Amino acid sequence: MESSSFPWLSFIVFVPLVGALLLLFLDRRYHTLLRWVALVTMLADLVGGIVVYWMFDTSSGAMQLSEFHRWVPSWGIAYKLGIDGISLFLIMLTVLLGPIVILASWKDIQNRVKEFLVCLLVLQTGMIGVFLSMDLFLFYVFWEVMLIPMYLLIGVWGNPARKLYAAIKFVLYTIVGSLLMLAAILVLYFMAGQATGVYTFDLLKLYDFHVPLQAQFWMFLAFFLAFAIKVPMFPFHTWLPDAHTEAPTVGSVVLAAVLLKMGTYGFVRFAIPLFPNAAIDATWWISVLAVIGIIYGAWVAMVQVDVKRLVAFSSVSHLGFVMLGMFSFTMQGVQGSILQMINHGLSTGALFLIVGIIYERRHTRLIADFGGISKVMPAFAVFFMIFTLSSIGLPGLNGFVGEFLILLGTFRVHPWYAVIAASGVIFAAVYMLWMFQRVMFGKITNPKNLGLKDLSAREVVVLLPLLAFVVWIGVYPDTFLKPMEPAVKKFIERVETKRAAVIKIENARKLTVTNSGLKLTLSGRGLTTDR
Amino acid sequence: MSDLVWLIPLFPLIGCALNGLIGRRWPEKIIGWIGSAAVGASFVVAASIFLELLGMDPGSRSVETNIYTWILSGQLNVPIGFLVDPLSVVMMMVVSGVGCIIHVYSIGYMAGEVGFRRYFTYLNLFVFAMLTLVSANNFLLMFVGWEGVGLCSYLLIGYYYEKKSASDAGKKAFVVNRVGDFGFLIGILLIFVTFGTLNFTGVFAAAPDKLTHGGTLVTLITLLLFVGATGKSAQIPLYTWLPDAMEGPTPVSALIHAATMVTAGVYMVSRLSLLYAMAPVSMTVVAVIGGATAVYAATIGITQFDIKRVLAYSTISQLGYMFMACGVGAFASGIFHLMTHAFFKALLFMAAGSVMHALSGELDMRYMGGLRKKLPYTHLTYIFGTLAIAGIFPFAGFFSKDEILFFAFERHWAFWALGAIAAIMTSFYMFRSVFMTFYGESRVTPEAAKHLHESPPIMTIPLVILAILSLVGGLVGIPIFAGLNRFGDFLAPVFAPAQAILHGAHAEAGHHEITLELGLLAVSLAIAIGGFFLARWMYITDPSVPDKVISEYPDLHEMVYHKYWVDEIYDVLFVNSIVRFSRFLWKAFDDAVIDGIVNGVAGAMRGWARGLRRVQTGLVKDYALSILFGVLLVIGYLVLR
Repeated sequence: MESSSFPWLSFIVFVPLVGALLLLFLDRRYHTLLRWVALVTMLADLVGGIVVYWMFDTSSGAMQLSEFHRWVPSWGIAYKLGIDGISLFLIMLTVLLGPIVILASWKDIQNRVKEFLVCLLVLQTGMIGVFLSMDLFLFYVFWEVMLIPMYLLIGVWGNPARKLYAAIKFVLYTIVGSLLMLAAILVLYFMAGQATGVYTFDLLKLYDFHVPLQAQFWMFLAFFLAFAIKVPMFPFHTWLPDAHTEAPTVGSVVLAAVLLKMGTYGFVRFAIPLFPNAAIDATWWISVLAVIGIIYGAWVAMVQVDVKRLVAFSSVSHLGFVMLGMFSFTMQGVQGSILQMINHGLSTGALFLIVGIIYERRHTRLIADFGGISKVMPAFAVFFMIFTLSSIGLPGLNGFVGEFLILLGTFRVHPWYAVIAASGVIFAAVYMLWMFQRVMFGKITNPKNLGLKDLSAREVVVLLPLLAFVVWIGVYPDTFLKPMEPAVKKFIERVETKRAAVIKIENARKLTVTNSGLKLTLSGRGLTTDR
Repeated sequence: MSDLVWLIPLFPLIGCALNGLIGRRWPEKIIGWIGSAAVGASFVVAASIFLELLGMDPGSRSVETNIYTWILSGQLNVPIGFLVDPLSVVMMMVVSGVGCIIHVYSIGYMAGEVGFRRYFTYLNLFVFAMLTLVSANNFLLMFVGWEGVGLCSYLLIGYYYEKKSASDAGKKAFVVNRVGDFGFLIGILLIFVTFGTLNFTGVFAAAPDKLTHGGTLVTLITLLLFVGATGKSAQIPLYTWLPDAMEGPTPVSALIHAATMVTAGVYMVSRLSLLYAMAPVSMTVVAVIGGATAVYAATIGITQFDIKRVLAYSTISQLGYMFMACGVGAFASGIFHLMTHAFFKALLFMAAGSVMHALSGELDMRYMGGLRKKLPYTHLTYIFGTLAIAGIFPFAGFFSKDEILFFAFERHWAFWALGAIAAIMTSFYMFRSVFMTFYGESRVTPEAAKHLHESPPIMTIPLVILAILSLVGGLVGIPIFAGLNRFGDFLAPVFAPAQAILHGAHAEAGHHEITLELGLLAVSLAIAIGGFFLARWMYITDPSVPDKVISEYPDLHEMVYHKYWVDEIYDVLFVNSIVRFSRFLWKAFDDAVIDGIVNGVAGAMRGWARGLRRVQTGLVKDYALSILFGVLLVIGYLVLR
């Protein structure tokens, strides 16, 4: 791309970091000033994101607005950013949530405000960096950068009773996966370097390197663990309910809306295109895990007594859909999967904000402590209802489009997985509506709920943008599907061609082996193909 | 005009948005009339499109209008698009016409309720969704309407959300419908995989090539879609939500749970008549389920005392009739009955609502009686509705029911027998409700008697209009044997492809045996009148009879009165077992096993580290000792090697 233009991608990555640095020089006692600085920073980031969207060429599937600077040339490490139709809306989601989380924490967080805001801003830089990195080393740096502020958010501002347990569990669990991934990245780096003579962490160059089958399996497994923990896929999900429940409201929002997408994004961007054969071979068991996650998450969500835990388990279910669609390797499935990442970010993010709003008033998250809230908070009830319906996948709202595409794409290749997954839609209605009923309907039995104030103007401002997108995606998804189409097409093509190429290479090697005297392989193959 | 079809669902949406978004401070009158006018405007557009269709050549009465592309992904291309043909126009007119009348009635019925604006917002939203359902030109948009009406049903059943039973009923309705929708959704997926399109016209055009008559695929598709229909239209086995849905305000029961939404399944089967015609097995299933439901629900209706529950079971039973009609291939008759049923059942519900209104909310017929003098309009219109549903000549139900029974007989006498048994029970329980409510001794509680009054004109005028429709609504479909069935002729082009498959190439009109038809007609009339006399004998002439019957067969009565304990059985089988299993999963598996392993690994690490820590004592002599041991070990190894 043209290198003369303004580096917008770097702009949106580093504006929050600059804001964080600025905060360090401000007096910690001026809470309002600190908040305004953070808010303006996030808004500037949002504006940068809008510019990126505006400059983005929706007809191209290539990496755009790319930036390249040499960093450690001797090791082939570079500062390389790029955006395509797959990452575009994840970036948009992240920059949209930036100002929202600052506003949402306005009243909630009162101690160590400065540090809190710095954490949020650094986290923002880390997340955007992960989505934009086109260099594996750079990616890994951002991946780890984002871990620390999240750890602090849970560990410092979390729910005092169990916050340390949750924070440490979150960090250790994630790190175990990341370290395996780091090992795989290094193996890939050296393997590709030895084979081609060029040692590089450049993702696009590594895309073109055909990893031998056996190696693919192990490396994919390492990447799988790192990302599956992050998604989280069943059975690697148990850190999530704890982290969500103990984190402060905006921590849960960012965690659900963006951080979980790191895992699913990691699959689309790294694990699958780098190791397509292993990925396709893994389709069946990943799909099985995804389907188990869908049903299991829904069932366990159904019997939760804590609203936040319920929403956390619903995430396990929703992200099962994302994984299922992605591993269908069909246009509809993958597009639906990416759209569903955005949808989950919007609706689950919003649900955590909703839970936060009543938590702020009542300091409890237990469903049994509520009941009849509709009566005293009618406007809140409307927002809550719409986001609940969005999460259930009601047609006309965002969730339906994503889920339908995923089910359709999956049904085309694995009908039974789609059928079982579709039954998750029933249970989604059960657990969400049951929760909604117990919280919002009925008579007010607890006198503490009588005097609750309805939404403030600030809270409406926080929720309204999310609501707008929930409706927009439901009614006119083309805005979102069209820009991602070329990139998704390219993704599917890359997986297919590269997979075929690797098989060809393998077969050629096998052939040379057999020609050199060992006829075993061929006769063995003949036996199996006869069946 | 027919390209303006999108206006039809749009008007109620505008009404919903106006009232919902900016109507917070408006007086009730304005909110109510905006809501009613929005639906009325839809009716005007639908009626003008109807007139336009009448002026067109019967073969070309099918117009598609696409507004924009909704979902485009790979081969999948789903438009926001509408289909105008005789079937959809009839449905649009019924929905918006009856809907408008019920909206007006609601202005009076709901006056003074706390959530008046919320009520009209939801009601308009419902009409929007329902009109989308019937006017969509593809499966997915139809599904949007399908789930949309389910949502509004949920919201309106739970309108009195402070009541636990109401919010329970709403949730039950939504979840049971979702079970049906699951089947519908899988059916849609299968259709897309088979045809590569979801547009009705595209699917119908390709059906002869892609599907074989009686093949597994078409049978599977139609059965899956029928699962959706059993949910929405409250058929066996997914009917249990409808009686509970009576927790909603009565006009809601009239509009959603009698006249329109619950007929969506009948509409869907008729819309897809071509596919069903290609699957004889599915046709039989539809007819059997319909006939069985008709009888089954009627038996429960006989024993109920809550006037709305009687009407609810009657609705399930009548819907069964409509499905039986579809199942025997008489799609036009099914739609005909759908229309007449919309008139008289909406009327019955609203008249019952008027009774409730007069009695300060009393629903139990054991606390009514002798109300005919105090509520003259309500009484008269309720009688009209009863005569219509019982099938007394010349009321609307007579013609439509007779048509269904005739075609049922042509298919197989057993279907006719099911229909006839249901008919006599229908006649009986309806006249039973008339006698218990309006005749005999007054059993009204003294407190309720104090406020007893006829409803205001804003409620009685809609009743009168529907009563007139219940009387003359059937005339559009008389009589089959004279070949003058205007209604059937109008719908004929829609069902022509299906009829061609079912009856071969030659048209089936004019082949009726007049003697057979007249004979069946006489029998059904006798049945209806028989029901009347039975009810009169049991509830007017000798009111002690019912108790005697009950004491004669206590177990049978108990079982039927408790709806055969199906709700309880479902609770045990599905609800409780899944909840219990989920609790087990959460506590015993998620917490104990999975998290146990995670924490176990961490714990093992800690234990290991704790053990190692003992070595690090910080005392030099300990380190020296271990160095000594190390050296000895190495030397020993080297020596003994």
